[in-house]
Amino acid sequence: MTTAATNEATISFRDVRLGFEEGDIVHGLSFEVYPRETLVLLGETGTGKTLSLKMAAGLLRPSEGEVNVLGRKVSHMSERELLAFRREIGFVFQEGALFDSMTVEENVAYRLREEHVAEEEIEPKVREALRFVELEHAIDLVPSELSGGMRRRVSIARALITSPPIVLYDSPTAGLDPVTSQTIISLILRLRDTYGVTALLATHRLQDGFALANFFFDSKSNRVLPNSSKPEGKGEPDSNTRFVVLRDGKVFFAGSTEELAAAKDSYLQRFLV
Amino acid sequence: MVREASISDILVGSAKENVLRVQEYSYLALQSLTNLFSRPFYGQDLLDQMDSIGVGSIPIVLLTGFFIGAVMVLQTASQFVRFGQTSLTGDAVSLALVRELGPTLTSLLVTGRCASGIASELGSMLVTEQVDAMRAMGTDPSRKLVTPRVLATVLAVPLLTVMSDFIGLVGGCVAAVFSLRLGVVQFWTRAINALELSDILQGGLKSIIFAFILASVGCYKGLTVRGGTQGVGRSTTQAVVISSVMIIVADTFLTKLALYLADKLF
Repeated sequence: MTTAATNEATISFRDVRLGFEEGDIVHGLSFEVYPRETLVLLGETGTGKTLSLKMAAGLLRPSEGEVNVLGRKVSHMSERELLAFRREIGFVFQEGALFDSMTVEENVAYRLREEHVAEEEIEPKVREALRFVELEHAIDLVPSELSGGMRRRVSIARALITSPPIVLYDSPTAGLDPVTSQTIISLILRLRDTYGVTALLATHRLQDGFALANFFFDSKSNRVLPNSSKPEGKGEPDSNTRFVVLRDGKVFFAGSTEELAAAKDSYLQRFLV
Repeated sequence: MVREASISDILVGSAKENVLRVQEYSYLALQSLTNLFSRPFYGQDLLDQMDSIGVGSIPIVLLTGFFIGAVMVLQTASQFVRFGQTSLTGDAVSLALVRELGPTLTSLLVTGRCASGIASELGSMLVTEQVDAMRAMGTDPSRKLVTPRVLATVLAVPLLTVMSDFIGLVGGCVAAVFSLRLGVVQFWTRAINALELSDILQGGLKSIIFAFILASVGCYKGLTVRGGTQGVGRSTTQAVVISSVMIIVADTFLTKLALYLADKLF
């Protein structure tokens, strides 16, 4: 159990089941994410990672079980209550899901305009968010003019514009080249270590999870550094990063970075190779 | 051992699926109206849609309206000539356009142009997760996407119908003058005098209901796309076909209702 685990869970799934016409996809899923923790949901395609994120955001309702987020029973809320609740979470979709009829500025400012924030306050906030993802120069472009990596970065800027306490990442590096993937992971590290957000990250790439566990963002040098650079640490993986491996819609493994790295199970070994 | 599905199982399953679709459509259509009575209301989206659906449809509505009026005159006149009653052409064209052809053909044209556009736009947004992104940011897609489109269509189609009726009469007048040697004043006098308030109300009522059908079906088909980009294409086609059939079926009942009401009230 992590030190953070002594607090009440920010996100908790209890015996969650989700089925469609073709059968159940998620069977009895249970896990918790504690404040300031990053939980990496690892699994192959079709194991229920994206569905779990969507259930956490209230975009899908489980057939059975309970999903609690920020102390509220998301699985039992009405759509009207969910719309208000979702303003407290950031969601980074797999392909970015930017509104293609809007500019980058309009995409990032979308939530602020929905909340009727004064126009003179919007521009500095949008520029700050775009500066964070190093895309201030792209403010007037439209999504079709952006590369895949740039779209994900704009999506991260859009998710953090209201400084939500929770950010959900759906395969943020899927389909990207290694260099761009590294940029995205660096941004996630920055967001975690600068703002202390609680994160649930779905991915099929173990290296993303290991990068989150073994690196940190140093605000003094403004760089991502290995944990061994921490003056107080000995280079051990971040205890606030945990792993849940899904298989056939169930939790197959749950544990720390060290436990996953030491696992001898053949299914887990497939991710480690 | 897996039991093979019998024909009755398939029929029951299909019937349930269709009932569910009707229920989903009815709920979305109702929601598009009830959203008008509570906040938030997306006024800018309404104006954008009116521009796209209304202003954007003016050229095709005017062009087809003109030639429909002209062809109506040519067709009816060929019969009236036999009885030496070509002066009645104005009456016939005016009544046919205002009661029937104006609202029906305008709605069918707008269906071809806009129901398909709405279905493909919303369908593309759905498959690229933009609708989920909207929900994830606390926006109700039925308010932001459906209500502005339905309201814009309901406001625009009656206006387009009026334009179509007028330009149809202009087309009819041109055909009557050059083909039948009727006088312009004679044509317009008969065309206007033939109309009663009930005829104009009948045309107006039809255009409002047809507009609601085409926009709500377009939105429903767009927001229920299955199967990626191929599904978007399928839904777009279905939106046009279903809207067109529903408009023509509704036209029959509305005509009967309007004639009954005209008889009782006027």
